[in-house]
Amino acid sequence: MSKLASFFGQKVKVINLGIPSFAEDLRQQGVEAIHTEWRPPAGGNKKIQALLARVEVWQGQVKAAKGAR
Amino acid sequence: MLIDIQEANVKALAAIQAAQPAIKGIGTAVEVVPGMKKNLILHAGPPITWDKMSGPLKGAVIGGLIYEGLAETPADAEKLAASGKIEYAPWHEHDGVGPMAGVATASMPVWIVENKTNGRCTFCTLNEGLGKVLRYGAFSNEVIERLKWMEKVLGPVLKAALQLAPEINLKNMIAQALQMGDEVHNRNKAATSLLIRELAPAITKTSFTQEEKAKVLEFLHSNDHFFLNLSMPACKAMLQAAEWIEGSTVVTTMARNGTEFGIRVSGLKDRWFTAPAQIVKGLLFPGFEEKDCNPDIGDSAITETCGLGGFSMAAAPAIVKFVGGTVSDAMNFTRKMYEITDGESQSFQIPPMDFRGSPTGINILKVCEKNLLPQINTGIAHKDAGVGQVGAGLVNPPMKCFEDALEAYVELYCQN
Repeated sequence: MSKLASFFGQKVKVINLGIPSFAEDLRQQGVEAIHTEWRPPAGGNKKIQALLARVEVWQGQVKAAKGAR
Repeated sequence: MLIDIQEANVKALAAIQAAQPAIKGIGTAVEVVPGMKKNLILHAGPPITWDKMSGPLKGAVIGGLIYEGLAETPADAEKLAASGKIEYAPWHEHDGVGPMAGVATASMPVWIVENKTNGRCTFCTLNEGLGKVLRYGAFSNEVIERLKWMEKVLGPVLKAALQLAPEINLKNMIAQALQMGDEVHNRNKAATSLLIRELAPAITKTSFTQEEKAKVLEFLHSNDHFFLNLSMPACKAMLQAAEWIEGSTVVTTMARNGTEFGIRVSGLKDRWFTAPAQIVKGLLFPGFEEKDCNPDIGDSAITETCGLGGFSMAAAPAIVKFVGGTVSDAMNFTRKMYEITDGESQSFQIPPMDFRGSPTGINILKVCEKNLLPQINTGIAHKDAGVGQVGAGLVNPPMKCFEDALEAYVELYCQN
């Protein structure tokens, strides 16, 4: 049996990202499903992602410098 | 710069948690509010000029000038307001807060709230009740007459009563009110009742006439929102303790002037980050439609900034009948606010969430990273001057305020 065929032969467990009703529809059909409230960082805004990345790098440097003391 | 953001925010949170706002008394604005003067009008939200003011703020300014005797008619008041002889400043820059239009003038009586931990004071006018009131931009004769009665009778009676009553710790009172179904922004029924319970015996012992004392008690009894003008300066006092902590990304102010929404951040000192105020979605009184509504207005979002109001809606399920939504929405709003805050209040507990502390200390980094905005519940003013309240509802700040604050923070602190 191919890997794909064996996959569909198993009981399906679903982790849903995005629209919560997708998970709810599956649950109503007896499929085990959990919904994860994941969103892209900064809603996908590249400028804000870059600013947050600068803060993260800076804080890494601060922690390293403090640790070196 | 070797600043650890987490350490700076822990310091900010500790200052908020340690604050102990208590009622110090009542004074006349010009005598007690720092920088107050006869030709200065304090208002809600970030700085604004007369030409940019929305209808309800203009209406309240007109009413304020008539009340002060600086103008006789609304037309005279408008002329004076635009003449350059009147100065305008945000309440927040004078250690105070004002609900809705938030207009305060020199002769108005104001609550004085003291943070017993650091000795600093905050201020707010007394609540006028519902209906046609100055804070919603109404300026008819009944509004001015009520303001005069508040100056001549209500203020002095309460001032005298406070001298006879035991000290009222507002943090304790708010904590109790949360156990009784308030969130002290749009639901103040329990807190107002608790306040009356403290004040009524002392009011009866003052030397004012029976008629004056009875009228004061009736006025307090008739106004479920009377405590709002105390919950706001109490929250201001708690957040004031966290203002200007180097490197902190905790929000210390969220306020609206009816045209713009503005925020201030602890580590960015006094700078305002503004964007156009949003339209509030909610329940309107019969006869009004969305086109009648003014954009978001008032300093009362200081309650949300402090982890109350929309952040504590789970404690006040009945509020959905006033602002819209369902009880499960109210629970979800509170749950979500833990994602953008750095701590939980040690004083304000939410019974339906197993007495979990309210979400406290909005962090701009979390707001931007999660793309999740603070939840505010609020009253809605008619867009035209002189009409008043048309409903209540739910609103968020514009994301731009937080994004601009983040950009300014990076420019100031990050040298990488």
